[in-house]
Amino acid sequence: MTKNLRVKSSEYIDETNRISFKFNGKTYHGFKGDTLASALLANNVHLVGRSFKYHRPRGIMTSGSEEPNAIVQVNPGTNRTEPNVRATEVEIYEGLEASSQNCWPSVEFDIGGINNFLSPFFPAGFYYKTFMWPASFWEKYEFFIRHSAGLGKSPTSSDPDIYDHRNIHCDVLVVGAGISGILAAKNAAKNDFKTLLVDEKNELGGSTVYENNEFNKIDNKTPSEWLKKEIEELKGIKNLEIKTRTSVAAYHQYNYLLARENLTDHLEAKEKTNKIRQRLLKIRAKKVILATGALERPLIFNNNDRPGIMLSSAIKKYSEFYGVVCGSKNVFFTNNDSAYESAMSLYNKGINVEAIIDIREQSESKIIKKVKEVGIKIYWSHTIVDTTGYKRLNSISTMKLSNDGTSVTGSKISISCDCLGVAGGWTPAVHLYTQSGSKLRFDEEKKVFLPNQNTSEQISVGSCGGDFKIDEIIKNLNQKLKDTLNINETDLDSIKVEIDQENSKRNIWLLPCDKPLGKTKPFVDYQNDATAKDIKLALREGFRSIEHVKRYTTTGMGTDQGKLGNMHALGIIADTAGVKMGELGTTTFRPPYTPLTFGTIVGRNVGKFFDIFRRTPMNDWHVENKAEFENVGQWKRAWYYPINGETMHQAVQRESKAARESAGILDASTLGKIDIQGSDASEFLNRVYTNAWSKLAIGKCRYGLMLNEDGMVYDDGVTTRLGENHYIMTTTTGGAANVLGKLEDYLQTEWPELDVYLTSVTDHYATASLCGPNSKKILKKIIPDLDLSDENFPHMSFKEAKIGNIKCRIMRISFTGEHSYEINIQASYGKDLWDKCIEAGKEFNITPYGTETMHLLRAEKGFIIVGQDTDGTMTPIDLQMDWIVSKKKYDFIGKRSLYRSDTMREDRKQLVGLLTEDPNIVLEEGAQIVSELNQSPIEMLGHVTSSYFSPNLNKSIALAVIKGGKDMMGKKLFVPMENKNINVTVSNPVFYDEKNERLNA
Amino acid sequence: MFLINCPYCGERDQQEFKAGGEAHIERPKQPTELSDDEWAEYLFMRKNIKGVQFERWNHAHGCRKWFNMVRDTSNDEIKAIYKMGEKPPAQ
Ligand SMILES: [Zn+2]
Repeated sequence: MTKNLRVKSSEYIDETNRISFKFNGKTYHGFKGDTLASALLANNVHLVGRSFKYHRPRGIMTSGSEEPNAIVQVNPGTNRTEPNVRATEVEIYEGLEASSQNCWPSVEFDIGGINNFLSPFFPAGFYYKTFMWPASFWEKYEFFIRHSAGLGKSPTSSDPDIYDHRNIHCDVLVVGAGISGILAAKNAAKNDFKTLLVDEKNELGGSTVYENNEFNKIDNKTPSEWLKKEIEELKGIKNLEIKTRTSVAAYHQYNYLLARENLTDHLEAKEKTNKIRQRLLKIRAKKVILATGALERPLIFNNNDRPGIMLSSAIKKYSEFYGVVCGSKNVFFTNNDSAYESAMSLYNKGINVEAIIDIREQSESKIIKKVKEVGIKIYWSHTIVDTTGYKRLNSISTMKLSNDGTSVTGSKISISCDCLGVAGGWTPAVHLYTQSGSKLRFDEEKKVFLPNQNTSEQISVGSCGGDFKIDEIIKNLNQKLKDTLNINETDLDSIKVEIDQENSKRNIWLLPCDKPLGKTKPFVDYQNDATAKDIKLALREGFRSIEHVKRYTTTGMGTDQGKLGNMHALGIIADTAGVKMGELGTTTFRPPYTPLTFGTIVGRNVGKFFDIFRRTPMNDWHVENKAEFENVGQWKRAWYYPINGETMHQAVQRESKAARESAGILDASTLGKIDIQGSDASEFLNRVYTNAWSKLAIGKCRYGLMLNEDGMVYDDGVTTRLGENHYIMTTTTGGAANVLGKLEDYLQTEWPELDVYLTSVTDHYATASLCGPNSKKILKKIIPDLDLSDENFPHMSFKEAKIGNIKCRIMRISFTGEHSYEINIQASYGKDLWDKCIEAGKEFNITPYGTETMHLLRAEKGFIIVGQDTDGTMTPIDLQMDWIVSKKKYDFIGKRSLYRSDTMREDRKQLVGLLTEDPNIVLEEGAQIVSELNQSPIEMLGHVTSSYFSPNLNKSIALAVIKGGKDMMGKKLFVPMENKNINVTVSNPVFYDEKNERLNA
Repeated sequence: MFLINCPYCGERDQQEFKAGGEAHIERPKQPTELSDDEWAEYLFMRKNIKGVQFERWNHAHGCRKWFNMVRDTSNDEIKAIYKMGEKPPAQ
């Protein structure tokens, strides 16, 4: 089996550098420069995978990124494993391992292969039709599908590699380094345009670099020789950056392109360490030159998918570039002259070519004469009607085509062969072009979609622009370069080209067969196993839109996005439905052109950089004291401080009790703080808050509620008047940035006449909140000379003081209902302040508490949390906070909306308290509330928004929003849960110290 | 991802900016005088044009300034950018 299929040392293969690698557990050898595909072919391995639906054996079909079949798992079982990699793109290195996908237990013997024999039961839309009913069976179907199919395995441990992003700004980006791209880049750079040339391959030159058709000459040299000299000259050009192994994934509007640069995938494991594996290039180019080339089309005939059936151009590349022949008995099947070049390439290396089957009646070019001369048999006007060989092609049979090409006649001739090269013409690679938003037109003569209307400064040159012959390419490229770069002369002016002219064309999208379509398997999409029959079935079932047919048949939905077969699918639809291809249009090509790794997309934003968090100046103390943290508005906040193995519930109960019985301390540094200054500051607050501000005395604090223009509660917090024209506003932790944005919006766009300046000072201050009956004594110890009497420093007032030499702002405000102080100090002294409070509080058993206890304590008082008890549909009236809505003010944000018919409805959901009949049952937040259990359907009255077990009341308490709840005090309702109905009673939402006596305790 | 030419800072990446909806909708000076329908017209009704649209944008992660933009929503082409308070360019 392992015979040497190397033909001649190619300059791209280093035969002195022998490399061993494993495929499906077996060790093989190749050389430096090989791809996994070329090395396998050199070892006579064609069978590399199984198809998705029928599990048919499949072989390597192409030599590039369009490969539909040779999809492998690289380095299986390691943390560097990668699924769905095209073997044609993997450069081999010592120690590489790869395995086939979608087969079990092995590619040679695959249980799913039975689907192939059951294929009459797997028509287009099979999955949609079968697994829809009965719905309850879906889980069983899913189990079956997941275990019998699947494309590869994702790694199970974290990725050890480093990924990176880079921004590039250039004058000209050239995508593709074939002959057109090289000439374009060279001339752009020479004319002082900062130019970037990228190509997905590791070598420059595209297909021209191994183009040895003796009848094509550029400046009297073969195209290959000539281009190598041009590539050599690129090296000395300044202004030109060249990136190989770089694949453009996406082309967005405004010439913004994303490319993946592959830096270490071709290196052996020890050389990969500590290097960047892949880099995402974010390229902004003033002008883009697309030179992406063309993809060879297969032909659609019965059993056109066996291992050993390949694109003719791939056979040529393996022979000329890699020095590998793909078979010992070769046949070509074609509708144009390019197969003859491939045949001559093999012939010149001493390899048998049994025959060429050509659907055309004749062609007279020089290469065809040469093929005849050397004695290769040509079957004109013939088509292939069948092939044989399960795991490797072993014969084809051919018949004569009728004159109109719709049927076959005469007798069947069988030719034995192990490799068939298929040449169905060329499809310009317009994928990136259409991604940019540009529009295509269909060229009836060439049977291709071509660039038509550009939406940005770009040109498509070479075969992706519809020029396939070197003379056309050079001539049109020259003109396009002059136009787009605005230059008068180029290197191309003096190039002399001689070419062999092809003079006949014939295109048949679906080749006829002696058997009816129902009995044959002409594959259109190899990866997804869609046949011509499936496409016709979809049309019979009424699908007309090309996008619908695509989804129903899954044509073009694989990881290759149908790069090979899409044109045939369109052709078959057009022929069957009797419409022109230009009218039918084409499916949308979406980014990425070839799949990207997640690593490339996320770059450096992994681990601690995945989601950046802010930490307060006291954070180290919380960590040392074993706090659990929660994420709030991009802050890490201490959640609770368990001691001696306490559960969260136990810790929170203890903290809550301590805060009311003696003293508690909370890190409130994360609250948003906005410094407001200007002669119109009071007027501004009047307009943004629901209550009045003009009369607030200097040194006093006031709670404010902010609405959206629709009348719904947006944010809340305490604002303090520091001076005549100076306030400090606090916002919720999560709302800080949005509140600032909203205030700026009104200031800049609606009220530019107001003299007000806003500055976010959230991070400038650290805040310790002391609360509880002993908080006053603790503060007295820290600042002995501050008069803390109720007369001098009453609730809702503010004092400036000094701790040592450091100024601080102290607000006597309370979110817990206890006597408390919020001490604000310059952030860098935050930890110091905290330590002082803890030290001073020791004799009072000062207890640090986290956000959970804060939530519980405020719930006991019936204070809302915006975003928990409100959800963007609650007005202050719904919250029973009418007291804070000024009736006197002419206007404020949201005022008019409070008088809309909808916001005045009596049966809106309103905030109430909820007590459970059994005081030990704690309701679930989000639980639904109903009044009737025997209704059908049961009317949902509302839901629980906050719920806790109150250690200070020794019973369960909850806040809830209930339709018309305001008028339901004392009413008995139900909270139906999975296993029981919980009896509850509507109550006042203030559960604790209703008269606020503790504030002054 | 397009570039936006902030009238205060110059060309910056789109991700520094926040879109703020349709431009030139002035907040009524006397909301209390408006009927529910008139207020709803201001509060809720937006054109959301496929094509050339006048929009508000904010350089949120930059100078925090609001400005206006004329943008073709079908292809993201920016036709004009001008400061708040300035007259929109003639169509
Ligand atoms: Zn700016």
